[in-house]
Amino acid sequence: MSTKRPIRVRKAINGVVTVMAGSAALFGLFMLLWILYVVLRKGASAINWSFLTSLPSPPGEAGGGIVNAIIGTLIITAVATVMGVPVGMLAGTYLAEFGREGRFADAVRFVNNILIGAPSIVVGVFVYTLLVIPMGGFSGIAGAVALAIIMLPVVTRTTEDMLKLVPDSLRESALALGASEHKMITQVAFRAAKGGLITGVMLAVARVSGETAPLLFTTLNSPYWSLALDKPMANLTVTIFNYAMSPYSDWQEKAWGASFLITTAVLGLNLTARFLARERRPR
Amino acid sequence: MIEQINNNNNNNELKPKVSVRNLCFYYGDHQALKNNNLDIAENKVTAIIGPSGCGKSTHIRCYNRIYEMYKGQSATGEIIIDGQNVLDPSVDLIELRMRVGMIFQRPTPFPMSIFDNVAYGLRLQARWSKSELEGKVEQALKDAALWDEVRDKLHEPGAHLSGGQQQRLCIARAIAVEPEILLMDEPASAIDPVGTSKIEDLIGQLKSRYTIVIVTHNMQQAARVSDFTAFFYNGEVVEFGKTMDIFTRPKNKQTEEYITGRFG
Repeated sequence: MSTKRPIRVRKAINGVVTVMAGSAALFGLFMLLWILYVVLRKGASAINWSFLTSLPSPPGEAGGGIVNAIIGTLIITAVATVMGVPVGMLAGTYLAEFGREGRFADAVRFVNNILIGAPSIVVGVFVYTLLVIPMGGFSGIAGAVALAIIMLPVVTRTTEDMLKLVPDSLRESALALGASEHKMITQVAFRAAKGGLITGVMLAVARVSGETAPLLFTTLNSPYWSLALDKPMANLTVTIFNYAMSPYSDWQEKAWGASFLITTAVLGLNLTARFLARERRPR
Repeated sequence: MIEQINNNNNNNELKPKVSVRNLCFYYGDHQALKNNNLDIAENKVTAIIGPSGCGKSTHIRCYNRIYEMYKGQSATGEIIIDGQNVLDPSVDLIELRMRVGMIFQRPTPFPMSIFDNVAYGLRLQARWSKSELEGKVEQALKDAALWDEVRDKLHEPGAHLSGGQQQRLCIARAIAVEPEILLMDEPASAIDPVGTSKIEDLIGQLKSRYTIVIVTHNMQQAARVSDFTAFFYNGEVVEFGKTMDIFTRPKNKQTEEYITGRFG
């Protein structure tokens, strides 16, 4: 019909596109490795035993650490996980198993997708008006609620996606043996999706453990031991924010150290999640 | 229809285990089954044959009402098992499905060990002592002609077995709960020839204890394993009778054309 493109030209176009796609991938990888390199190099020198085990010292005074922020971040993330993951998993289970194509499920799915894209600072401001103002001050629990709200849609979506990968024939087999719907879901569908569900939860935890903006409005920070959930609580990300903005060079160095910690923790979580996901792939 | 009933009367020395009357089935607005009438003889193998999309699977999926898992699917008419219309909404689905087991086209081992797969339905029914459970699992695996192949690896995942073994595992799982009726939806279509012949042998052994309905698109298979055969076309039961009669002297022209490979 129309004139044929010579094979030579087609091969040339193929080559150009391959090079372009490859260099874009390389560029992304390069930026990532660069960030990692800088954080690891600058951060590693700040890490030592007292950094990990002692409380912050006043500016100018040598030594001191961020143990309160490490513990605080662990507490806030754990409380957020305890609140966000069960609700998210139940919601995802509803969407994948019960709601399916229903109108209500479609509405939930739509809202959930919006929530996934909601800027985390908006969630922070939301929790500020919802909890911080009524409670009369910043608190660890407010930060945990904010992080739970950020986790919720992520967990809901991954739970739904992972359950959807479970073939219906498996569900039918369980029901055909006389299993009730709840037994079929908990004993067969969940088990078949186990690897993916764990991966999803870990990625959600990794995602929120690096959040700063929502904590600025809810938990703030503390230079002291802060284990009470109703008081401002020390945490790594706001500590990084405060220290990095400070004029003191030893604080700036501690900000690098804290960045190092959080980066390796998130990297570790991601790698573990990847590893678990691969575990289950060969059936 | 009159012809069918006459046909059924020819086998009237046999007690029907299942009587299907005016069964219609709908996927939303689309009618997939039209006034199906069929008598399934007790402790015999009944094969359902017909071209793809003719409603064979849909028909047997009504017997245990597994279609109810999906929205928009509905059935009308009657399916009478031992005098009770199981399409009646008051029939308890769990009880029904314990009486009517099902084997699917693709093997569906649960993500658990071989032992736990077979024990799954048993555990749903009652709490058993360890020895009781072990005895029942062993018996089910023996009945499914799988015991010798798996006796040393009962605690390995069911998914580690070959396709044919997985399907026999699913049969063991289904018969462990001692159903009265076994529905088989193209049970060998995803299995290699050796596995297929093992499953066919198994069907022959199982029919003394179970009433079996097997859907197949493999006519040789229907001829080999079944006592009765129903030919479906476009959601209708076109012809039903003794397998020998259907394959040697079909009354209906469509049946004859399908069996001789002229369409399908």
